[in-house]
Amino acid sequence: MGDIYLDNNATTQCDPKVVEAMLPYFLEQFGNPSSIHSFGNGVGRAIAKARKQIQALLGAKHDSEIILTSCGTESDNTAILSALKCFPGRKEIIITTVEHPAVLALCAQLEKDGYRIHRLAVDGKGRLDLDEYRKLLTPNVAIVSVMWANNETGTLFPVEEMAAMASAAGVQFHTDAVQAVGKVPIDLKNSAIDMLSLSGHKLHAPKGIGVLYLKRGARFRPLLRGGHQERGRRAGTENSASVVGLGKACELALEHIEYENSQVKALRDRLEQGILSQVPNCFVTGDPSNRLPNTTNIAFEYIEGEAILMLLNKKGIAASSGSACTSGSLEPSHVMRAMNIPYTAAHGTIRFSLSRYNTPAEIEQVIAAVPPIAAELRRLSPYWGERGPLAEPENAFAPVYG
Amino acid sequence: MWDYSDKVKEHFFAPRNVGAMEDANGVGDVGSISCGDALRLSLKVDPISEVIEDAKFQTFGCGSAIASSSALTEIIKGMTLDAALAVTNQDIANYLDGLPPEKMHCSVMGREALQAAIAHYRGEAWKDDHEEGALVCKCFAIDAVLIENTIRSNHLHTVEDVTNYTKAGGGCSSCHEGIEEILTRVLAERGEVFDPDAAPAPVEPDPLPIAASGQSSMTNLQRIRRIEAVIESIRPQLRMDGGDAELVEVDGNSIYVKMTGACSGCSMAAMTVGGIQQRLMEELGEFIRVIPAEQMPGTERRSAHG
Repeated sequence: MGDIYLDNNATTQCDPKVVEAMLPYFLEQFGNPSSIHSFGNGVGRAIAKARKQIQALLGAKHDSEIILTSCGTESDNTAILSALKCFPGRKEIIITTVEHPAVLALCAQLEKDGYRIHRLAVDGKGRLDLDEYRKLLTPNVAIVSVMWANNETGTLFPVEEMAAMASAAGVQFHTDAVQAVGKVPIDLKNSAIDMLSLSGHKLHAPKGIGVLYLKRGARFRPLLRGGHQERGRRAGTENSASVVGLGKACELALEHIEYENSQVKALRDRLEQGILSQVPNCFVTGDPSNRLPNTTNIAFEYIEGEAILMLLNKKGIAASSGSACTSGSLEPSHVMRAMNIPYTAAHGTIRFSLSRYNTPAEIEQVIAAVPPIAAELRRLSPYWGERGPLAEPENAFAPVYG
Repeated sequence: MWDYSDKVKEHFFAPRNVGAMEDANGVGDVGSISCGDALRLSLKVDPISEVIEDAKFQTFGCGSAIASSSALTEIIKGMTLDAALAVTNQDIANYLDGLPPEKMHCSVMGREALQAAIAHYRGEAWKDDHEEGALVCKCFAIDAVLIENTIRSNHLHTVEDVTNYTKAGGGCSSCHEGIEEILTRVLAERGEVFDPDAAPAPVEPDPLPIAASGQSSMTNLQRIRRIEAVIESIRPQLRMDGGDAELVEVDGNSIYVKMTGACSGCSMAAMTVGGIQQRLMEELGEFIRVIPAEQMPGTERRSAHG
């Protein structure tokens, strides 16, 4: 049996049908879609078809609302910077403390440039307080940007409700939906969402292709200016093969959305229950009752995530961690800190994110592999005794910090 | 994932000397705020000979923290306390065939646990004297706290100054934005504005306070012998990589070294020079600059094809 891939929130394998759809656009239909000759006009038709496929998955009203970009990060940056250009008198932005770095780091920079950033806090389960949000929605706000689903815990935010509230206050609303698209039903024509970011490689399309959905009529200023591509809203020659691949991936995602929410969800639940029932001192982070069907994030107390991942990797299992060590940063994941997870647990969080390619046999293998790994690392841990955690572990072992 | 050496993996997957020790007479509990790693080192010391008879560890931490702890216990077993106190974090990293720059603090944590355990054995209080900040320069593993302190104590103004004093920013230069941000903040504290076009402070003459004290305690001859000894100690490592280094001239704070073999013209030469400089600064306790011999005044032309 090959290696087991449970890191689909990081990136996904391209669907073989996606690759098959793309191949002609490297060697045969390689022309520029803007050209008149026969090498190009077939490409233009293929991109138009892909745009329809993307439109269908997002439930957008018009295919012209789909702007092709290079990635989710570009879409996020474009959306926020566009609003600041459109509404130069408005100097405030509302985001959450648990956004992806594509939004967080941009806003940290904008803060240095003089903008005021409101970061909505979350509770212990990663949920927002909508009353706090309502109070911040003033005419000083240029844009609200709130993720649809959290990449680490899978927790869903009520973005449709929040978009309606923003719309009523006359404020643009953007959502980073890179984790949600293809996993939760999306119907943009019946929502007040002005802009939405999508990333191809999260849904079995290749890396290097993304989408910014822009509601017809929403004010917009491009990030990249140049050629007339994307109706002048995103200049640069189309990444045609990847666009075709993304179109196919969206078609497949729409076909599998039921499967994601039944079979994949059942595998995730089995994995979670299998681990929790066998490993003492571990718990699920985020909001288990309201999250993506493919994601579980489990905190293993008193052991560290990178060490867990290295031992999992040795057994051919791929997952990811919110531990500081895996990123080389000083702190454990900002999402875990925002939820007030104690650091002896936050450093030991492991995210398992599944896809439609995972099998029940794989899940059983992971369930068998995890308990000995936790036990082995706890044997090394100064917080852990022979029978379990030391009484008052934080007091029993209180190191001097450098 | 990190590019760990085989030695790191070996010590992580099969750590030596794990666990608590019931009859320990020296225990050191330390943590590193980066990564949130923490380590308990237990020693059994012979009270008469002061030899470390046994060493065990318990670690909450990542792969390199566990490997560094394991390596530390292997290094110090059988050493006298005085010999063990001379073990540096670089020794731990070398024992593991190196650590990624982001992970060097794991070896620092090991050295601190050792100091804390020995202090505990001797009934002394141990205080951690180093503060760790976010890693800024990945080429030379320089963190924000060191950069900030150096800017403050030496009144630095430019990125070039920071590079001259700390090496940070002297490699790939990707961290210059980060260094400019620190400069902006620290300069603002003393009511100044960071000017990207300002001229750097003259590098010479710039005897730092530590340079003055370091130099005055040694005669010129002693100092040169010390420099030679340090370079000698580094050569076996360079030879393993097919290179070599030779001391050519010492001129005040400038130490000219000739890099040969695989070291000369190697893309890592700048980092090797940086590494030698770091070791020399640690050993001499003064600020010096290691400069490739080709850059020695008056030799530029001759060495071009040499």
